[in-house]
Amino acid sequence: MLRKTRIILATIFFVGVTLLFLDFTGTLHAWLGWMAKVQLLPAVLALNFGVVAALLLLTLLFGRVYCSVICPLGVMQDIISWVHGKTKKKNRFRFSYSPAKKWLRYGVLVLFIIGLALGAHSIAILIAPYSAYGRIAANLFAPLYQWGNNLLAWAAERLDSYAFYSVDVWIRSASTFAVAVITFLAVGFLAWRHGRTWCNTICPVGTVLGLFSRFSLFAPVIDTEKCRNCGLCGKQCKASCIDMKEHKIDLSRCVVCMDCIDTCKEGAISYARRRGRSVPESRNEATNESRRAFLTTGALMVTTAAMKAQEMKVDGGLADIARAEKPERQTPIVPAGAVSLKNFTEHCTACQLCVSVCPNHVLRPSADLDTFMLPEMSYERGYCRPECNRCSQVCPAGAIRPVSIEEKSSVQTGHAVVNLDICVVNTDEVSCGNCARHCPAGAIRMVRKNPDDKESLMIPTVNEERCIGCGACENLCPARPLTAIHVEGHEVHRHI
Amino acid sequence: MNMEKNINRREFIQKAGGTALAVGGLGLIAGSGRRSAHAGEVQHPAQEMTYRTNKGNGDKVSILGYGCMRWPMIKDADDKDIIDQDAVNRLVDHAIEHGVNYFDTSPVYLQGQSETATGIALKRHPRESYFIATKLSNFSNHTRENSMLMYRKSFENLQTDYIDYYLLHSIGGGGVAAFNRRYVDNGMLDFLMEERKAGHIRNLGFSFHGDQESFDEFMKLHEKYHWDFVQIQLNYVDWTHAGGRNTNARYLQEELDKRGIQSVIMEPLLGGRLAKVPEHIADRLKERAPDKSVASWAFRFAGTHEGVLCVLSGMTYMEHLQDNLKTYSPLEPLTDKDLEFLEETAELMQKYPTVPCNDCKYCMPCPYGIDIPAILLHYNKCVNEGEIASSSQSENYKKARRAYLVSYDRAIPKLRQASRCIGCDTCVSHCPQNIDIPKQLHRIDRYIENLKRNTL
Repeated sequence: MLRKTRIILATIFFVGVTLLFLDFTGTLHAWLGWMAKVQLLPAVLALNFGVVAALLLLTLLFGRVYCSVICPLGVMQDIISWVHGKTKKKNRFRFSYSPAKKWLRYGVLVLFIIGLALGAHSIAILIAPYSAYGRIAANLFAPLYQWGNNLLAWAAERLDSYAFYSVDVWIRSASTFAVAVITFLAVGFLAWRHGRTWCNTICPVGTVLGLFSRFSLFAPVIDTEKCRNCGLCGKQCKASCIDMKEHKIDLSRCVVCMDCIDTCKEGAISYARRRGRSVPESRNEATNESRRAFLTTGALMVTTAAMKAQEMKVDGGLADIARAEKPERQTPIVPAGAVSLKNFTEHCTACQLCVSVCPNHVLRPSADLDTFMLPEMSYERGYCRPECNRCSQVCPAGAIRPVSIEEKSSVQTGHAVVNLDICVVNTDEVSCGNCARHCPAGAIRMVRKNPDDKESLMIPTVNEERCIGCGACENLCPARPLTAIHVEGHEVHRHI
Repeated sequence: MNMEKNINRREFIQKAGGTALAVGGLGLIAGSGRRSAHAGEVQHPAQEMTYRTNKGNGDKVSILGYGCMRWPMIKDADDKDIIDQDAVNRLVDHAIEHGVNYFDTSPVYLQGQSETATGIALKRHPRESYFIATKLSNFSNHTRENSMLMYRKSFENLQTDYIDYYLLHSIGGGGVAAFNRRYVDNGMLDFLMEERKAGHIRNLGFSFHGDQESFDEFMKLHEKYHWDFVQIQLNYVDWTHAGGRNTNARYLQEELDKRGIQSVIMEPLLGGRLAKVPEHIADRLKERAPDKSVASWAFRFAGTHEGVLCVLSGMTYMEHLQDNLKTYSPLEPLTDKDLEFLEETAELMQKYPTVPCNDCKYCMPCPYGIDIPAILLHYNKCVNEGEIASSSQSENYKKARRAYLVSYDRAIPKLRQASRCIGCDTCVSHCPQNIDIPKQLHRIDRYIENLKRNTL
């Protein structure tokens, strides 16, 4: 019963969180967005004390339910391990007790905390479970989902239906994709062979929760009088935490999956209130509620484009159009709601949720070392459209804070810079003004190229005070390979 | 008005005559869908094609002329558009077999491939069994050398040593000044008159798009040049509701009648716009003639006027050809009542704010890669289907919004959409319908922006 309940809840959470990364229409986030927000590390980084306290209390009461139900990476491992167990009966009972690898667990945790504190994000977010799962879902699962959707769109088009529309499937960043693949293979391998090893050795969230769960009020308890020492419970424990000789369960590693309860034919294991032990005070060291210092501002290197300009398929009657190349930006652009680069990098867990939901193909993970895998904006495929604030709605970590559509139009995330040498007005001697025509802020003013000539062609200028950095101008500029207007980010966002 | 009951059932001395009865599988061609009927249902509409006599030289010209501007295209190995020659051969064979004998092409049609493809298909038939019309399309470069080259090349492409109907291509835009630059100052027109004398050109004329004033000028020049024929845009909308700077067809036809010049009709169907009409207009036409296609009304209208020598139709598909053969074999001229009815229909159509694009593709290729006709046609389709919302409060707003945005992305790749139009105006002078293309594209783009932002 308890096991079934756990499986049902885990399925709901796993499917829900996964759908957050798959659904590009933005409809599910209104309903399921909270599932990302109750993830531990994002909640900590968002300084969401309510959620953090609730999760710790949950753990103190019932053990590491979080790891079995809420954490999508944990559930993914359970699925992989379960599949292996299904292949042969022998494989289901492939586990055995092993003592906790304390030095590894706490060593990694210490490194993790130091990493966060020093702003060496790459290492910290590499092993954070929700971030790791987000990258896997966004890079490996989402493309499959989108291809499936495109197949339906293809069919719908032939049936003259508007039920489905097709979306571009593309790799936002090769390096982040590689990280996702490696993570998936590594975690997948461990889960296939050793069940929850990752969670009990590497995962910092697992280690922190373990510090609490060892004192949990409810826990699986072995009734030594009923136990006949058959050892079955230990052989199927994917956390390898049941020490049968001692009849002890290492509660810091137990993820309360309840598998052992169902396995024991004697009914010797039950999930019950432990007697004779009071709940000690929680140790606060690990929650890491203090803000991390951010030391690297200003040292942001210029990112090199992962994408190359791509040849368009040419119809005979149509001129070739090359895709625009990604310009070199002095300062990266982050979405409205990020407040500042500092705030953004301090909170972001690189889970890729915002990248997954960005309908305009603006957000993609950075390839730069300092901000590796953290999202940034670029406008070769679209621009940050004025009617959209999805990234700010989905961010669970407070890196992109909620911004209303109205507010967004007054947040300056960057400013446009014109390069008149490559503007088509000068190179092709034609009238253009496409940047000004599409500027939602009215920041681009067309002025006479030759002030003395009333009939003069008009060239674009930018009123930096009004520009919000949305990139409409850059995206719609006809100059190639580099556009004649591009956006530079602001380190600190301002309100007009 | 010229609405004499012209039933010119001349026998045409050609093998086609006998076989004209054998038109099989003729379509009940329905509305905008244009589907052919069941293959089994053999109809025998065709008695024989109606022919008109060229008063100048006695040519017996089929009232249905083949416009070679819209041959079917396929992709070659390099993904380039090329004409589907096999299909063209089939269409030409079928057309000639059923009495069509006038083929109108130009060196610039279909990315310059039309003349050659038409020539290949026609070469398979005796030269005296058809008339070839082509044009001096010296739009981009009107030097004498270039024009001469174009003229010579047409003979080569069409594999012929005489051209039956030769046209100065699309004059009127830019008025007499442009005409002088293209044909007079470079001596080309004098040269072509010599060629006419020599028999290399059997009839010399021009095609016209423009205002009344310049048409009057060209009519005055009749004394000097003696136009054997003139090609005009005539259909039941343009008859008295010509848009933009174009002249009402009624005026053009009457001026030609006065001078005894016969007309060849282009855009009788407005590039399909008179076949793909809004639903309730289609209902109206169907109600009056349930067994006739929507398009047939437009063709009968064009053929009804006695001064018309030939009506051109750019038939891409066999079903189009078959339907038109049915309409014109023989032509049943419209009655006064029918004409009144079509005038009312034209007035109703004015209420639909479509863009008068006939998909002739003269504007293409856009130097910045915009797919202009696709954007305009997509817009028109939505107008005709009632999928344009006037405001976000409209009843159909949500549905119209989704339909427009989804179908727009399907019809046109992002980089070729209206938002990319920079307004360089290169296309404007090319449009025979005088559409202010950048203005229309920007208008459509604004509409799309409003849909996207929900600010309509």
